[in-house]
Amino acid sequence: MIHFVVHSPADSTGVVVVEGVQAGQTLTGWIMDTDETITIGVSNDIPIGHKLALVDIPNGGTVIKYGHDIGRAVSAIKRGQHLHVHNVKTKRW
Amino acid sequence: MSLPNFWGYRRENGRVGVRNHVIILPVDDLSNAASEAVANNIKGTLALPHPYGRLQFGADLELHFRTLIGTGANPNVAAVVVIGIEPGWTQRVVDGIAATGKPVTGFSIELNGDINTIASASRVAQQYLQWASELRRTEHPIHELWVSTKCGESDTTSGCGANPTVGNAFDKLYDAGNTLLFGETSEITGGEHLVAQRARTPEIGEAFLKTWNAYNDFILANKTDDLSESQPTKGNIIGGLTTIEEKALGNIQKIGKRCLVDGVLEPAETPKGKGLWFMDSSSAAAEMVTLAAAAGFAVHFFPTGQGNVIGNPILPVIKLTANPRTVRTMGEHIDLDVSGLLQREINLDQAGDQLLDVLARTANGRLTAAEALGHREFVLTKLYRSA
Repeated sequence: MIHFVVHSPADSTGVVVVEGVQAGQTLTGWIMDTDETITIGVSNDIPIGHKLALVDIPNGGTVIKYGHDIGRAVSAIKRGQHLHVHNVKTKRW
Repeated sequence: MSLPNFWGYRRENGRVGVRNHVIILPVDDLSNAASEAVANNIKGTLALPHPYGRLQFGADLELHFRTLIGTGANPNVAAVVVIGIEPGWTQRVVDGIAATGKPVTGFSIELNGDINTIASASRVAQQYLQWASELRRTEHPIHELWVSTKCGESDTTSGCGANPTVGNAFDKLYDAGNTLLFGETSEITGGEHLVAQRARTPEIGEAFLKTWNAYNDFILANKTDDLSESQPTKGNIIGGLTTIEEKALGNIQKIGKRCLVDGVLEPAETPKGKGLWFMDSSSAAAEMVTLAAAAGFAVHFFPTGQGNVIGNPILPVIKLTANPRTVRTMGEHIDLDVSGLLQREINLDQAGDQLLDVLARTANGRLTAAEALGHREFVLTKLYRSA
């Protein structure tokens, strides 16, 4: 069972692709570019389609997905936490 | 996989369509009632009501004409009845469509009234419909099929699954010599440098960046916040997309890995040859798909995450999703389920082939989910206020 997918090995975030992920669960992730799997424990409930942090990201740090910059953290995010609009913002608008 | 031939309608100007509509096209908002009455009289014709066409000027008026003429000229349309409030602009639309060689007649309401106009237009619409009903499909190589794409109600599964599936199919169609379209100018923001790098020539890359910069300047001049809930939309955010950069990087998966960008188009402008074309366009689903139809595209790929339900009156819209929850909760809107990609049950190449199979079946006449459900969103892009 793949619980989350990651585009690039450089990414700091992955996408949950199953419903009902709960805090405390250990998830299996698939890195699509390299076809590797990884495991990680999550500390929040995460809805399908939402993201988890794969590494610790400091406040102001850049979030990487698809191997590219997708915005900045507006608070410190720990590995395994839910990563979304409450802690990440665009750098563009 | 070798790409199959498809069965379509060869039109007078050489283009091949996959539907055989007789449309009743209002030039302006005032002519919607008469157009709908004609379509009600003559069963099987299709009225395309819309809210604009009065006191527009400059580039906005030119776009209005280009969209109406392009819609009538689309090869999925066999014949057109045009109705306007006055004869001048009505004739301008008629003349534009007539350049394709297809049957088209205009009617104007002033000095006639709705009832006489409806009677006269209904007689012509009946002749066109019965004539069109005897046209037969013939077999054509796949490269004669013009295919556009735009995604909607995207979520993070779009960038992982549905959009890369379109990209895989686009790569194969590009190699076959098809004419292909993408757009959504604001939604490239965060990936604009990657699209510019895919341009066939430096000049095309510069033209793309000029178009993107102009749209971005417009947004920066008019924004009142960071556009959160507008771009990305509220639905995108519910689906897990966080920023425009993330949405853009997912969006541009639709242009695959090998396609080059062969040109940049104005809204509703028809491409001049084969290859992948970028159209300056809104990211709102119905606006962009309406512009793609007006540019002459015959089938549309619409990847979705959370489940957009859009269709178009003349352009079949094929929906695909990789989100298993959307398949479960909104399955009647989905033509192709590629959620297996995210569980490694199928690979991207297989997903792309499945989409090409749906493309051929749709071109051959299979109704899309949006067609079966009666989704006919016809939404004109308006550039600014009328005079």
